Amino acid sequence: MARQNASKGVKPAKAKPTAVADGEALLDFYRSMLLIRRFEERAGQLYGMGLIGGFCHLYIGQEAIAAGMQAVRRGGDQVITGYREHGHMLAAGIDPRAVMAELTGRADGVSRGKGGSMHMFSTQAAFYGGHGIVGAQVSLGTGLALANRYRGDGNVAFVYFGDGAANQGQVYESFNMAELWSLPVVYVIENNQYAMGTSLARSSSETHLFRRGASFNIPGVEVDGMDVVAVRDAGLAAADHARSGKGPFILEMKTYRYRGHSMSDPGKYRTREEIDEVRKTRDPIEHLQERLETLGLADEAALKAIDATVKASVADAAEFARTAPEPDAAELYTDVYSEARA
Amino acid sequence: MSTEVLMPALSPTMEEGALAKWHVKVGDTVRSGDVIAEIETDKATMEVEAVDEGVVEALLVAEGTEAVKVNAPIARLSGGRSPAAPEPAQAPPATVLPALAETVAARQVPAAKAAEALVGGAAVAAAIPYGGSVKTLSVRDALRDAMAEEMRRDDGVFLMGEEVAQYQGAYKVSRGLLEEFGDRRVIDTPITEHGFTGLGVGAAMAGLKPIVEFMTFNFAMQAIDQIINSAAKTLYMSGGQIQCQVVFRGPNGAAARVGAQHSQDYAAWYAHVPGLRVVAPYDAADAKGLLKSAIRDPNPVVFLENEMLYGQEFDVPDVDDWLVPIGLSKVRRVGGSVTLVAYSRMVGFALEAAGILAGEGIDAEVIDLRTLRPLDHETVVASVRKTNRLVTVEEGWGPMGVGAELAARVVEHAFDYLDAPPLRVCQADVPLPYAANLEALSLPSVDKIVEAVRTVCYR
Repeated sequence: MARQNASKGVKPAKAKPTAVADGEALLDFYRSMLLIRRFEERAGQLYGMGLIGGFCHLYIGQEAIAAGMQAVRRGGDQVITGYREHGHMLAAGIDPRAVMAELTGRADGVSRGKGGSMHMFSTQAAFYGGHGIVGAQVSLGTGLALANRYRGDGNVAFVYFGDGAANQGQVYESFNMAELWSLPVVYVIENNQYAMGTSLARSSSETHLFRRGASFNIPGVEVDGMDVVAVRDAGLAAADHARSGKGPFILEMKTYRYRGHSMSDPGKYRTREEIDEVRKTRDPIEHLQERLETLGLADEAALKAIDATVKASVADAAEFARTAPEPDAAELYTDVYSEARA
Repeated sequence: MSTEVLMPALSPTMEEGALAKWHVKVGDTVRSGDVIAEIETDKATMEVEAVDEGVVEALLVAEGTEAVKVNAPIARLSGGRSPAAPEPAQAPPATVLPALAETVAARQVPAAKAAEALVGGAAVAAAIPYGGSVKTLSVRDALRDAMAEEMRRDDGVFLMGEEVAQYQGAYKVSRGLLEEFGDRRVIDTPITEHGFTGLGVGAAMAGLKPIVEFMTFNFAMQAIDQIINSAAKTLYMSGGQIQCQVVFRGPNGAAARVGAQHSQDYAAWYAHVPGLRVVAPYDAADAKGLLKSAIRDPNPVVFLENEMLYGQEFDVPDVDDWLVPIGLSKVRRVGGSVTLVAYSRMVGFALEAAGILAGEGIDAEVIDLRTLRPLDHETVVASVRKTNRLVTVEEGWGPMGVGAELAARVVEHAFDYLDAPPLRVCQADVPLPYAANLEALSLPSVDKIVEAVRTVCYR
């Protein structure tokens, strides 16, 4: 049920099981989503054990978005998001050990222990963070798209933000310039219904976030963010739009986070029943599992084998992150300034 | 009765301009609001409108005349008021209003009395340790040349900001760049500081080298999150992965009579932040050489200019690639009685004060910081060890300011050498007032510097 902007919408293909040509792609989604979920569950445990400090925002429930959109990326396309970024990094193929070791603040972390959960980057994976200021990544990501257009390299920037960030002013400043200059950017709004503890209805005068580009002539569609194939197909259409020089596109991914905003969130703003209902009826991983079985793409044994591989990978990452050394004290003053001359 | 039309000041910094074109001739009847002439300054061309009605009796300045002083009579009108309208007891002098001044005033930060700030060019030139040929350039053109040279050298360098392209720069700093480099590399942005700063920083993270112009640093307050949280911190937070080569530049500090929201000196704010470099040049040679260095620096650089200096001319080394290294201060006047430390426009004030003090037998050493982060305190400390006295000068507020930091470092490194407590000359601890007399009371001045030096010299 993709809704779209009247102005110049692009209708994404509705996901149908029969439209799935590539069973291997579905299995990849399954591996990716399961890795994210198991990784985040383990991160939650390590947080509880005091091995992870500060703020830690888990991605559980939203896995289909990072996994589905990763399949849309071409080499050179960039990704940038806010502080709920562990899942995006794993989907982008960044080593779970490096991500987990960053969460524990170790020298082998992807930011060498200096960033933490909210500030992780990987130039190798064209992953530009990991930003702790709500909405800042939207302007930055639009700048990545500006660089793409400047170079004419055909790359697209995928810029993720939540329903909370969607109320920040700089989002709209960025929308304006992105459309004005036809920048190759796809804005992916991960609408998980709650900006920390404030529901969308309590914070937003227009709750259909895919319409938020309307006054800038940016088309947008609503997507079932719990359906990885719907995510992928909508992403492909949006990326084609952006890559072909037509400018930005907005995807509103309707999703849900099972855990609190951060680890320290008591969650008094919603009921246990509400969460359980989503888990029972809309869980993206269970949904995909059923589809794989229905289509005969994987039997129980095959799925169990994937589960075992993912579990081993997460256990390895956790052990690595627990035992890796802390940064050397001399690292305190490195990376403040770059010495590299361009 | 006749009234004179006077050469208007199109901005508070304007002292003279060219009368580019007359739109009326003798005998024409003009009404209030009619465009009667075009006036050009080094910043802008503007139409001027009549505010009185009447018949043009005489055009007193020929079309094409350069350097017509503000308030010089340029035309005479015969009285043309409606008989029904009573003549005022004292007819106010007829004046003309610039057609664009109203809309531009809020963004085009003005100034007055620029000449007062000028120091003898010879003294400055003598302080340049460069022995080759020089050419005379305004600070404005030196900045433009620096950007043009770096854009020719590196396709990754581009300029973005409000009015930088088609308008040629709100202060004409980017004059001619659009024509040479096109709209791919000279980008007019909407009025959207927070957004376009974020775009610039993002483009820098992707490996480009943007120059982000703020019409004034006062407007950068809307964007300061991107400058600090994104540009300054990301290299560190990414463990050295994400470099951010970007220059944020524009006028900083007080111009003249533009009030509290257009007059702030942000030097101390940005110089507080690790990850940023902060540069504030005084003369044209440093403006050019430091801006070129800033554009090549792999780190985010906050480049603080001063509107009052844009039109001032200095000698600039006439060489292909004039670079001034970031992080080195410059002794602009050697002396043994007291150390005067300043940056940006205040260097001119300090030099002028030193000239006055010389007449009193006080031989001031004047240090131009040029860079505020990293701060070259070694030069200051060495000077204080010689003079035993320190006076700092900044346009900004004193508390937690540049002078406070200098005093702390001098106390730390040269405590036993001090013969008097260090003094700070700075803006009064109030939002900058508009009224001319209150503004003068608030800002640093040559007299205040002279007085502070006398105090630390116990004179």
